[in-house]
Amino acid sequence: MEVGITKQYVYSSTELDRVEGEAIESLKAQSQQPIPDPDAWLKEEMHRKILVTSVDTIDNMLNRLLTSVDAILNWARRSSLWPVNFGLACCAFEMIATAASRFDISRFGMEIFRPSPRQADLMIVAGTLTWKMAPQLRRIYEQMAEPKWVLAMGACAISGGTFAQSYSVVPGVNHIVPVDVYVPGCPPRPEALLYGIRMLHHKISKGSIISESR
Amino acid sequence: MTVALSGKEIANKLEKQFPNSVVESSQESIIVKSESLLAVASFLKDTPGLDFNYLTHISAVDHYDYFEVVYQLTSLQHNHSLVLKTRCYGRDNAVVPSVVSLWRGADFQEREIYDLMGIGFDGHPNLKRIFLWEGFQGHPLRKDYQ
Repeated sequence: MEVGITKQYVYSSTELDRVEGEAIESLKAQSQQPIPDPDAWLKEEMHRKILVTSVDTIDNMLNRLLTSVDAILNWARRSSLWPVNFGLACCAFEMIATAASRFDISRFGMEIFRPSPRQADLMIVAGTLTWKMAPQLRRIYEQMAEPKWVLAMGACAISGGTFAQSYSVVPGVNHIVPVDVYVPGCPPRPEALLYGIRMLHHKISKGSIISESR
Repeated sequence: MTVALSGKEIANKLEKQFPNSVVESSQESIIVKSESLLAVASFLKDTPGLDFNYLTHISAVDHYDYFEVVYQLTSLQHNHSLVLKTRCYGRDNAVVPSVVSLWRGADFQEREIYDLMGIGFDGHPNLKRIFLWEGFQGHPLRKDYQ
């Protein structure tokens, strides 16, 4: 059998630079406004659950069944989060400390930081995000399988921090991906990160398979 | 400890070798004309007794009227150091000769200065932005940026 000549994609470095520059500029143009936090459903969801307990219509019985399913699903989801390893700056060391034996993130069911986004459902963005890194952050977020959550760790990830007015720093990762939990600090101590993760657990436990289309 | 050589003494040697190359010299540093930078630098690198074979780092300063490029030179052989400076005028077309041919370590540092300060380096093998992306407008470490 004759082996066909495989098409090779060889770009010059100048062309690669141009393509990268265009990608960054277009992402920057798209991301001038922050993405709304994915928590608009929270109140509505709680409201629905209160209704279920009062009147028993067929509709509400279905709702009650669904809430039971939700309870089990959410318990499973929040008890075993798989974080993706996304350390960008000094916050990463606090994240590493959180994962290590002293603070021990495995007490909360998150033993291993995955190097691959496809095996993870929580992205802890730990550090300053620059515009040059922003396309990669978006790509890693999109590679994660649903359901997925994002935790912005530290002042830089929340708002750009001291570099908010800078020429190269994204003023908050919520310009690039929707953020579920913000953990303030510069950098936050491991206790703060663990508290943020506990808050995320609460948030996940309020989720529903009906209103999951975020 | 590394001994910082007197700029004045080195400047006297340079004046003998390259007349009119030194603009100014003090105890701390020598300022040379950018036209003679490459000749001076290669003299400092290759002359026995000086042997500045290691370029510690390059930095640049914006003085509005001119840019100053600062070279920190060290000799690992003799354990002494020297600060060499040069100036380039004109904000739109500021150019100094590249020293990559003498010290390979200058490569990325000159690209960084080009990226953030907007100073061109004549003779650099690959002069393009290193930190910021292609298509970025302006040079952010200039005093008049934005």
